[in-house]
Amino acid sequence: MQPLIVETIFVLVKIVAVLAVVLLMVAYMTYMERKVIGHMQVRLGPMRVGPHGLLQPIADGLKLILKEDIIPAEADKWVFRLAPVMCLVPALVIYAVIPFDANFVIADINIGILYILSISSLGIYGIVMAGWASNNKYSLMGGFRSAGQMISYEIFLGFSIIGPIMLAGSMNLTEIVKAQEGVWFIFLQPLAFVIYLIAGTAETNRVPFDLPEAESELVAGFHTEYSGMRFAYFFLAEYANMLVVSALATILFLGGWRIPFISSLDIPVAILMILHISAFIFKMLLFMFIFMWLRATYPRFRYDQLMGIGWKVMFPLAIFNIAATGIIYYFVM
Amino acid sequence: MPVAETEKILLNMGPQHPATHGVLRVILELRGETVLGVEPDIGFLHRGIEKIAENLTYTQILPYTDRLDYVAAPAWNLAYCEAVEKLMGIEVPERAKYIRTIMAEISRISSHLIGVGTHALDIGAMTVFIYCFRERELTLDLFEHATGSRMLTNFCRIGGVMADLSDEFLKRAREFVDIFPTRMKDYEDLLTENRIWLKRTKNVAVITADEGLNLSLNGPNIRGSGVKWDIRKAEPYAAYDKMDFDIAVQYDGDAYARYLVRLEEMRQANRIVDQGLKNLPDGEIQAKVPRVIKPPKGEVYVRTEAPKGEAGFYIESDGTNKPYRLKIRTPSFANLESLPMMAKGGLVADVVTAIGSIDIVLGEIDR
Repeated sequence: MQPLIVETIFVLVKIVAVLAVVLLMVAYMTYMERKVIGHMQVRLGPMRVGPHGLLQPIADGLKLILKEDIIPAEADKWVFRLAPVMCLVPALVIYAVIPFDANFVIADINIGILYILSISSLGIYGIVMAGWASNNKYSLMGGFRSAGQMISYEIFLGFSIIGPIMLAGSMNLTEIVKAQEGVWFIFLQPLAFVIYLIAGTAETNRVPFDLPEAESELVAGFHTEYSGMRFAYFFLAEYANMLVVSALATILFLGGWRIPFISSLDIPVAILMILHISAFIFKMLLFMFIFMWLRATYPRFRYDQLMGIGWKVMFPLAIFNIAATGIIYYFVM
Repeated sequence: MPVAETEKILLNMGPQHPATHGVLRVILELRGETVLGVEPDIGFLHRGIEKIAENLTYTQILPYTDRLDYVAAPAWNLAYCEAVEKLMGIEVPERAKYIRTIMAEISRISSHLIGVGTHALDIGAMTVFIYCFRERELTLDLFEHATGSRMLTNFCRIGGVMADLSDEFLKRAREFVDIFPTRMKDYEDLLTENRIWLKRTKNVAVITADEGLNLSLNGPNIRGSGVKWDIRKAEPYAAYDKMDFDIAVQYDGDAYARYLVRLEEMRQANRIVDQGLKNLPDGEIQAKVPRVIKPPKGEVYVRTEAPKGEAGFYIESDGTNKPYRLKIRTPSFANLESLPMMAKGGLVADVVTAIGSIDIVLGEIDR
C-alpha cells in the first residue's frame, strides 16, 4: 500500500507541475507572438500592461472571462459548449507522454508516438463540432475546410515521423531521445525534418496554411460565433497544439533534453534535471519562434493550392524518405 | 445518365468587410467555390459632393476635392485647380507648377504604398503592410510640413499653391528621396520572388488590354495589361513636360503585373520628386487672380493622372461665381466595372485578390 500511495502522489505532483507550466506557457505564447511579430514589423508589441507588457495575457484572460456568454439562438447548445473543450483537452493530454528529462515523464508508455497521433486526431472533432453547432453555413464550411486540411496534413506528419522511429527502433519517446546520444536525428533525417515542419504548420492552421481562419477571407472560420472564454479556448488550443508540435519536433529531431557536451558530464542528478528541462523548453521555444517568424513573413496559400501541395508534393516526398531511410539503414547496419 | 448539379448560391460580401477597402458591398454568385458572377453594390459613402458644389464658390469647393481620394489628396487638389485655371485662362507660375508636381508625385507614392500594402495584407503578408505604412508616415510628415495637415491637405489654390515650401520640407524631402529606394527593397524581397505570392497573384484576376479598354479600365491597371497610356506623357500638365521619367508597363494583365506596375511607378515618382527638388525655380507661388473667381460662360474637361488613374473634372460655368455643374470623373468608379470580368471563373479567394489589385477607394467611387 505504502509504495502505491507514494507512487500516486508522485504522479499527481508531476501532473500538476506539467499542467501548470504548460498552461502558463500557452498563455504567454500569445504574448511572445505579439512581441516577436511586433518587433519584426518595426513596432514594439504590448508595452503598457505591466513592465514591457508582461501582464498582457493576464489582462486578456480576465477580460475574456468577464465577457457576456453569447450562444446563437438556433445553435445546438450542448455541442456548442463541448466543442472548445474538445479542441483544448486533447492538446493538453498529450503532455502525459512527453519526457522532459530521462526520469521526468508522467507516463512512460511503449507506444508514445501512436498515442500522440491518435489523441491529436481527436482535436479535429472539436473543430467540426464548432462549425456545425454554430448554425451558420459559413462557419460550417470553414470548419470542414479546416478539418480537411488538418486530416490531410496529419497523414504527412505521421509519415515524416516514421523516419526517426526507424532509426531509433522504438515508439517510446524516451528511447527515441536516448537513441540520439551520438547524432541528433535532424542531421540524419533532414528531409523528414522539413516535411515535419511544414506538416506541423499546416496541422495547427498557422500561416502560410491559415486560410480557414483568415480574417480577410469570406468565410470567417469555425469560431465566428464564439465569444468570451469559449473563443479563448480555441485560441489556447491553437497555441497548445503548436507547443505539442514543437515538443515532438525537439524529441524526434533535436535530441529532446540532451545538451551536446554537458549531458555526459558527471553532475548531481537534480542539477542535471534542471539543465535538461531548461534545454528542452528552450528548444521548444525555438520552434515556436520559427512558427511566429513564418507568420510575420509569408502570405497565405489558397485552399486548393494548400491541398495540392500536400498531396502532390509532401506525400511522395514522405514516402520517398521512408523508403530511402529503410534502404540506407539496411545497408549500413 | 443524370449528372449531379451543385446549386448556385448568392453570397454577400457586406459593406463591413476587412478586405473590401472601404464600404463596398459585393454580391457573389457561386457554384461551390467557383465564382459565376460578381455584382458590386456601391453608394454607401455617397455624400453628394457634385450637388453641394453647385452651391459653393469655386474656392470653397477646394476642400471637397481632398475627400474624394482621401489617400492622395494633393493630386486631386491639382486636378481641380487645373480645370478651373483652364476655364479662366490663368497661367500658373513656374515655381508653383514644380511645387504642385512634387506634391502630386509624393501623393502617388503614398497612394501606391497603401495599394500594395493593403493588397498584401488581404493575401496574408502582414509585415509588408506595416513596412508600407512606415514609409507612408514619412510622406505624411512631408505633407504636414508643406500644408499643415497630414491627409486632407487642401493644398493648391486657383492660380498657384497655398504656401511656399519651407527649408525644413526641402531637407526632409531630400532625405526621403534618398532613402526610399532602399526601403522599397524590403517589399520586393518579401513579395516579388516569393513562391506563395506568385501562386496567389500570377494568372489571377486577368484582364486583357482589349477587355480593359472596352470597360474604361485606367491607371496602373490598364498599364498592367500592356497599354502604354499615361496622361502625364500624353497631355502634360503642371511641370511634367520638363520631367524625365518612364511609363511603367507590364503585359500579363494579372494581379502580379499590376503589382509590378505600382512598384515601378513608385520608383519613377521618386525620380520625379528628385528632379523637382533639384530644379526648383525661384519665383511666385501664386498668379494674379481676381478676388472673386467668376469664370466666363463655358465648359471644360481637364484630366490628370491621379495615382489611381484618370481623374477628370468637367466644369460648366454660367458666368457666376458658382459652377452650374461640376462632374467628377473618378478612376476607381470605372475600374470597379472590371471586377466582374476579372473575378469570373476564379475561386472565392481570388475575388479578394482582384479587389486588392485594382486598388479602389470608396471615397472616389461614391463621391
